[in-house]
Amino acid sequence: MTKVIKIPKGLDIHLFGEAEKKVKTVDENLFALKPLDIVGITPKLLVKEGDNVQVGSPVFFIKQNPKVKFVSPVSGQITEIVRGEKRVIQEIRIKSDGADNAADFGKQSIAELSSEQIREKMLESGVWTLLRQRPYDIIPDAEALPEYIIVKGFDSAPLAPDYNLLVKGEKAAMQVGIDALKKLTSKTLYLSLNKESGEEISSLQNIEKIVFEGKHPYGNVSVQAEKISPINKGERIWYLTVQDLVVIGRLFLDGKYYNKKVIALTGEEVKNPCYYEVTRGQNIASLVNDNVTDKNLRYISGNVLTGTRIEKNGYLGYHDNQITVIEEGDYKQGLGWMMPNVKRFSISKTFLKGFTAFCSKKPVHIDSNLHGSQRAYIFTGDFEKVMPMDIYPMQLIKACLAKDIDRMEELGIYEVDAEDFALCEVIDVSKTDVQQIIRNGLELMREQGL
Amino acid sequence: MNFVEKFFEQNREKVAKGQKLHWLASTFEAFESFSFVSNKTAKTKGAHFRDGIDSKRAIIVVVIALIPALLFGMYNVGWQHFNALGQVCQTRFWQIFFYGFLKVLPMIVISYVVGLFIEFMFAQIRNEEVNEGYLVTGLLIPMIVPPTTPLWQLVLAVIFGTLIGKEVFGGTGMNFMNPALVARAFLFFAYPSQMSGDMVWICDMPDGVTGATPLGEMLAGATLPAASVCDMICGFIPGSVGETSLIAILIGACLLLCTGIASWRIMLSIFCGGAVMGIIFNLIGANAYMQMPFWYHFLLGGFAFGAVFMATDPVTAAHTNKGKYIYGFLIGLLAVLIRVVNPAYPEGMMLAILLMNVFAPLIDYYVVDANIKRRKKRMATATDKK
Repeated sequence: MTKVIKIPKGLDIHLFGEAEKKVKTVDENLFALKPLDIVGITPKLLVKEGDNVQVGSPVFFIKQNPKVKFVSPVSGQITEIVRGEKRVIQEIRIKSDGADNAADFGKQSIAELSSEQIREKMLESGVWTLLRQRPYDIIPDAEALPEYIIVKGFDSAPLAPDYNLLVKGEKAAMQVGIDALKKLTSKTLYLSLNKESGEEISSLQNIEKIVFEGKHPYGNVSVQAEKISPINKGERIWYLTVQDLVVIGRLFLDGKYYNKKVIALTGEEVKNPCYYEVTRGQNIASLVNDNVTDKNLRYISGNVLTGTRIEKNGYLGYHDNQITVIEEGDYKQGLGWMMPNVKRFSISKTFLKGFTAFCSKKPVHIDSNLHGSQRAYIFTGDFEKVMPMDIYPMQLIKACLAKDIDRMEELGIYEVDAEDFALCEVIDVSKTDVQQIIRNGLELMREQGL
Repeated sequence: MNFVEKFFEQNREKVAKGQKLHWLASTFEAFESFSFVSNKTAKTKGAHFRDGIDSKRAIIVVVIALIPALLFGMYNVGWQHFNALGQVCQTRFWQIFFYGFLKVLPMIVISYVVGLFIEFMFAQIRNEEVNEGYLVTGLLIPMIVPPTTPLWQLVLAVIFGTLIGKEVFGGTGMNFMNPALVARAFLFFAYPSQMSGDMVWICDMPDGVTGATPLGEMLAGATLPAASVCDMICGFIPGSVGETSLIAILIGACLLLCTGIASWRIMLSIFCGGAVMGIIFNLIGANAYMQMPFWYHFLLGGFAFGAVFMATDPVTAAHTNKGKYIYGFLIGLLAVLIRVVNPAYPEGMMLAILLMNVFAPLIDYYVVDANIKRRKKRMATATDKK
């Protein structure tokens, strides 16, 4: 009998533009790696403009952690290295030659490999970078071991892709991925499922399955980890998605870096939202050209709660499996703060929508307008409505603002990540950047070596 | 609205940093954001959409909730005056209302002008946007003072309340005591003769008439207030401008609770606390005041007004949900205790709320500390296991 854990608190936000359940493909020859997608790393380049690369050729490594390499998703030529302020590397652009020549890492069965060999192979081929560690949401050290591993089998964010579709037909690869991680760490692996999880995911073996029921953010790792075994000071856990398992599994099955992934193109402003099979780091132009409305739009790599804004011809984020397109809200509204605005999303009962926000399944329209400007925190008790964890959100946010390390630690900063505060940020009357505040707090802790 | 928008567009540069009119930047921003919700959009990383509510909308709900009590307060100021003259029956409704209106309006104007001036000034000094919080405070102050309060005293009270109650701590959101109550307390202790007693509750009282509030009568040793229960519920009793009518206050409370702007936890627990203390006194029954039915306390003085509008100020109340129950309960308890036991102060609500404002951070400290202890204990068990 699979364990069932209920997480009643939270808020499901239903939006227009859910992806239709069919997978299309598009041609594209522009790709990029974006080091800024990855939290807390300083990249050191291994290539220069004009170099030729193969699928799986190392492109850069992490300065603080030199064994961890990022590899090219395609074969072709490095066309441009885009740098921002202080010469920070923003994008490493690669033009594909269409041949998909791949570096060979050798097919091997897990049974005949030692834990060390698995580790070396994962580091060498770049698939190590798919693992993420909590606290801090960073890529784990090359020598590290976690307390346990969570494999995310579903996502609960607005318009999140259906994971069953992302890994369709990849059961064998997923199983090899699980076996590899199990052998690598000898720790417990947990697979988080929800009611929609299909047979392919839920029939995986050698992994402990837990079914979660509830509302967003019940798909977040922190929320699940709190129920499994809360992260104490000094402890590290890893997580990855079932989609990442496929890449790890395929590395051992095919001996190559698996560069494909299925993503969902979603959002109210997409004419035909559906799933696409793309190559990692793909330019999104070919997906969204002629497929969006002609309003002023915002393209987001990821979901509307935690994603990163990209250009119309920008590139898919490293860990993202979703593109969302919404309307840009750069308009002014005369006396907007006292207008009825009956269609506007809100959990506040000063709006009509506020009365049904927690129970309605009807999609709402959103845009990127802040609907106000920043203030000191005045109202209390709102964040608690959308925070299912045993955390005092306002107190933790204030501790982060005050850079009070001891207090942050006491209030459980190790158990959370910025994404867990996304709903707080959305409903914040004071319009502060709650996720950034938490991220800064976490970075401060990390700098202290805690 | 087009010409307004144009006006702001054309003059924006004039208040920019380094320009002559930069000292008006906060004022400019305040009026602009009042006229238009800005076109600011979400940042590159993070949540890409936001809830429709902002602090302006939330604050204005409180102001609207105060209006029934304010309008009735104006009417009652007139009613008390004509009643003292014995002319209430001959006077028309509008005459009564306008008498009160003309008494109360200058107080509101003074309160807003002086308070907002300070607020705008401090926003400019801090280089911040003007906070809307004073829109509530500025209306609360005239509503919790006797209608005969001299305007110059009101000016001093507003300055004291805003400066000491709020600005020195960093403005709205940073203060730990309700600025309106600080203003009230200032008047109460600085000018006691104009703030309490039998002579201050009715405007232009004829000689030989006394106008004690029901609370004053009780403290003087009456067995029950002279006014009928019906009058006390409707609010036809002497008292501070906005506090007399339970019905008008409950209309405001309904709005605050339906919109979720004020905490039901605080309101509910204040009434529970008041009831518990009242029942204890009923059981003791040592004097007439203690024997007064406990629910009378809800009808008298500023109990209901304080519970609905003053104690629920989210900044100065306890911030944790558990803390709110304790905070509210103790306010109710203390208010009744002060009323009945302390001979110096007929009204205990103001002092009870101010005292609990001071203790709210302590309550939160212990509530949050339980969470911290739980975490530490878990950590200790985990280390032991290893």
